[in-house]
Amino acid sequence: MARQPEQPRERIRGREGSPWSGLWAVVAKEMADHLTGMRMRILEILIVLTAVGTVYAATQNLRETVGQDPFILLRLFTTSREPLPAFVGFLGFLVPLIAIALAFDSVNGEFSRRTMSRILAQPIYRDALLLGKFLAGIFTLALVLATIWLLIIGSGMIGLGVPPSGEEVARSLWFLLATIFYGGIWLSVAMLFSIIFRQPATAALASIATWLFFTVFWGILAGVLAPILQPVRYGFPEEILAQAQLELTLTRFSPNTLYTEVMLALLQPTVRSVGLVLPIQLHGAVLGTPLPLSQSVLLVWPQLTGLIAATILLFALGYVLFQRQEIRA
Amino acid sequence: MGELVVETHDLTKKYGDLVAVDKLNLSIRQGEVFGILGPNGSGKTTTILMLLGLTEPTSGSVRVLGLDPARQPLSVKARVGYMPDEVGFYDELSARVNLIYIAKLNNLPRAEAHRRIEEALTRMGLHDVADQPVRTFSRGMRRRLGVAEVLLKRPQLVILDEPTQGLDPEGAREFLNIIRGLKQDGITVLLSSHLLHQVQAVCDRVGLFHRGRMVLEGSVPELAQKVLAGAYHVWLQVEGPEEAIQEALRQLPGAQDVTREDHNRYRVVASEDLRAEAARAVVQAGGQLLSLGVEMPSLDDIYARYFEEVHHGTAT
Repeated sequence: MARQPEQPRERIRGREGSPWSGLWAVVAKEMADHLTGMRMRILEILIVLTAVGTVYAATQNLRETVGQDPFILLRLFTTSREPLPAFVGFLGFLVPLIAIALAFDSVNGEFSRRTMSRILAQPIYRDALLLGKFLAGIFTLALVLATIWLLIIGSGMIGLGVPPSGEEVARSLWFLLATIFYGGIWLSVAMLFSIIFRQPATAALASIATWLFFTVFWGILAGVLAPILQPVRYGFPEEILAQAQLELTLTRFSPNTLYTEVMLALLQPTVRSVGLVLPIQLHGAVLGTPLPLSQSVLLVWPQLTGLIAATILLFALGYVLFQRQEIRA
Repeated sequence: MGELVVETHDLTKKYGDLVAVDKLNLSIRQGEVFGILGPNGSGKTTTILMLLGLTEPTSGSVRVLGLDPARQPLSVKARVGYMPDEVGFYDELSARVNLIYIAKLNNLPRAEAHRRIEEALTRMGLHDVADQPVRTFSRGMRRRLGVAEVLLKRPQLVILDEPTQGLDPEGAREFLNIIRGLKQDGITVLLSSHLLHQVQAVCDRVGLFHRGRMVLEGSVPELAQKVLAGAYHVWLQVEGPEEAIQEALRQLPGAQDVTREDHNRYRVVASEDLRAEAARAVVQAGGQLLSLGVEMPSLDDIYARYFEEVHHGTAT
C-alpha cells in the first residue's frame, strides 16, 4: 500500500463506487457461455441419460408397492435396481463432475486467452468478475438440477400414476437445495484451483484429485486415524463409543459424507438419526414411522449449514488469493 | 499545449527485491502522442498497469486525468482505453458480441452501446466480419478489434502496449495511421514499443526506459541532440586524391569524424548539416563530387548509442 501522508482525506474515503458494478454483465456472459458450450452439452446428455435410466428402473421396482408407501415419489430418487445404483448415488459423483467442469478454467482461462487485463481495464472491480463467475456457475448448476428434478417428478407421476404430496415436494426441494450447495463446494474448489494454477489442465486435475481423495480415501483414512487418536485401552463401552464418534466426526469433514447424510434424512422420512444411536435413546420411539419434514430438516441442519459454510469459506479463500494476484502473466 | 493528462511523481514499484519502476516522473500533456521505449523488462508494462490502477504502486503518486487510479479506479478506467500487448478475445464469440460484453461492463445504455459499436466497427474496417467468430481473425484484425473496443468508451486517454508487435509491415503502417487518427480526434495516446522507427513515425515525444528508470525524455530531435550531440551523417561520393579530400573534410568546422567507407565514399559525422560546406571543400581539394546526401538522426541510432554508453558506463 502506498503511503501518501499528503492525501489523508482520500485514504479515509476508501474505494470508489460499488464493488458489484458490472456483476450482472459478467453473470449473463458466463451463463451464456456455460449453456451454449460443448462441455455443458456433454454433461447434460450424461445427466439426462442417468436420470432416465435410474428413474425407469426405479419405476419398474416401485410399481408393485404403489399405494403402500406414502412417500413413493421420493423413492424414485433412492430406489436402485441391479445393476444400476440409485439416482442419488449417481448424483454424488455427477454433481462434483459438473461443478468442476464449470469452474476449473474460470480464472486461468481468462489469463491464457489473454482477456484478463482487457476485462479488468474496464470500470469494474475484481470482486464483480470473480463473484459473477461463481454465481453464473451456481445458477447454471441450479438450472440443470432443477430441470432434472422436474423431469424426475414428472416422469414419476406418469410412470406411477400418483400425484406428489405437498410434503414430498417440500422434501425434494430441500434436497435440491442441498444438492446445489454440494455442487457449490466443488465449484469453489475448482475455482480456487483455477486461481492458484495457471494451467487449466492442472487445475482440473487438482480438483478431481481432491474430489477423489474425499470420495475414496478420506473414509479409509478416518478409519485409520480414529483408533490412533482415540485408542480403546481398557475396553470400556465409553471408549468404544468415543472412538466411533471421532471416526464419524472425521468422515464429516468430507462434503460427500455431509451430502449423503442430508440426502438420507430428507429423502427417507423414517430415518431418525444420522449419527450414532444408543438403544436407550430409541426408548419410546415408534420405529418405522416417518418424521415430519421440520424434524428431518432439523436433524441435518448442521450438515446443511456445513455445506453452505464450506462453499462460502472456499469462495472467500479464492477471493483473497485473486485480489492479490498480479495481472501480468 | 494543454493540461497534464498523466502525471507521476517518484512512482516506484518493487516486486520483492526487484525494482521494476524506479522513481518515475512522467508527464504527458493533452493531445500528444507519447512513446515509451525500452528493452523488455525495463518497466514499461508495469508503468502502464500502475496508470490504470491494475497494480498498486509501492511508493510515489500517480495522477491520470486528475484522478488517482488506486483510489478512483472506476472513474479512471471509464475514461482510459487500454489495449494490452497480445490482446485476446473470446475466440468462440463474434467480434460484435465481444464488444457488447465490454459495453455492458462499461454500463452503456443499450441504444448508445449499439450505436457506438457500429461506429467503432465501421471505423476499424471490421463491419463486414463483425458477426464472424474472433478465432477466424488475423492478428492485425484482432488489434483493430482491440482499438474498436477502446473507442467504445470514447476515451480521453488511450494506452497501447506494444501495438504493432507481430504485425506485418502493411498491418503496422495501417496501425500507425489509426494512431494518427486518434490524435486527430484530440485523444491523448500513450504507447509502448521497442520498434523504434514506428515510434519515431507517430510520437510527439518519447521516453527511453532502462531498468525501471526513464533515462531520456523529449522529442526525437531533442534526444538526438542530447545523446548523439546532433549527429548528422553526411555522405559523399567523390573521385580524386584521397588524402587531400579526407584532410579537407576534417578541417570543416563542426566535423567530428571522417571515415572512408569505400574507395570513393566518405562519411562525415557532424553536429549540423554540413552538405554545402563539404561539397565546397571537396571541390577545392581537387575532387570530383559525384553525389552527396545527409542522414537525419534516427531513434535507432539514439537507442543504440545510448545503450552502448550505458555498457561502457559513461551515461548518467
